[in-house]
Amino acid sequence: MHNFTPIAALFGGALIGLSASAMLLLDGKIAGISGILAGVLKPVAGDTLWRICFLAGLLTGGLLLRVLLPGAFDFGIIRPFPMLIIAGLLVGFGTRLGSGCTSGHGICGVSRLSMRSIVATATFIITGALVVYGVNHLMGSSV
Amino acid sequence: MKAMLTSFGSGIIFALGLGISGMTRPVKVIGFLDFFGAWDASLAFVMLGAIAVYFVAYRWSREMPSPLLAPDFALPKRFDLDAKLILGAAIFGAGWGLGGFCPGPALTSLASGALPVFIFVVAMGLGMYLHTGITELGVTNSGFAVSPANSTPDA
Repeated sequence: MHNFTPIAALFGGALIGLSASAMLLLDGKIAGISGILAGVLKPVAGDTLWRICFLAGLLTGGLLLRVLLPGAFDFGIIRPFPMLIIAGLLVGFGTRLGSGCTSGHGICGVSRLSMRSIVATATFIITGALVVYGVNHLMGSSV
Repeated sequence: MKAMLTSFGSGIIFALGLGISGMTRPVKVIGFLDFFGAWDASLAFVMLGAIAVYFVAYRWSREMPSPLLAPDFALPKRFDLDAKLILGAAIFGAGWGLGGFCPGPALTSLASGALPVFIFVVAMGLGMYLHTGITELGVTNSGFAVSPANSTPDA
């Protein structure tokens, strides 16, 4: 196995779980990033400020990482721009149509044993793996 | 006001968790999805760590009449499996595998100032607007009176 970092992954994952737990127990909200962003892009009165605060926190956390753990932005693979644009469009559209992403479905929903989230998570891992197989093994890993 | 501080603080912790776990790096994400290549299982451990904590928090929340700083829990209320859910997840997964970014890591990585991340995030926002546009078009054409798309919180 390549580049496997289980301890950092478990610890970082626990922090993500802690953050999502705080959102649930204190604010009563699901920490689903695609849903939080979508609610800022298409605001509903009275349901926007907390979303902006959360996203501001994400960016602030990103700035902290930049100082404390610059390796976090050692991306390793950056796809060419046309591919990134298509990827972004698919992620934006797909997370709205499917009502969630890795955080909302993959973490919060799976933890709640929501059948919708379990099915969604299995689905996006399978299609993600198929696309990676296509790009890395059929097209060659040159990109 | 306190709830806003919680949101801000949670955002910071979320970003730190993503960075520490390596999920801001597409090489780790694509490595996880590359089951037929040099597979990197780290992402599964991130989910395991996060789910272990949140599973307990969710049990606690079930015992609470309301959240500590808000009047009500805003949890998804749907239980049915529908085509939109599965098609949407399939489309999202394809984009995730293609770019190596999902929404949280992409937004966090904006702080790096890297142009490719910025381009991905703009495209992601456009994808969300595209969905809104198509949905509203569909509602207009079919003439159905449906409740607003955001009436129930997402997962």
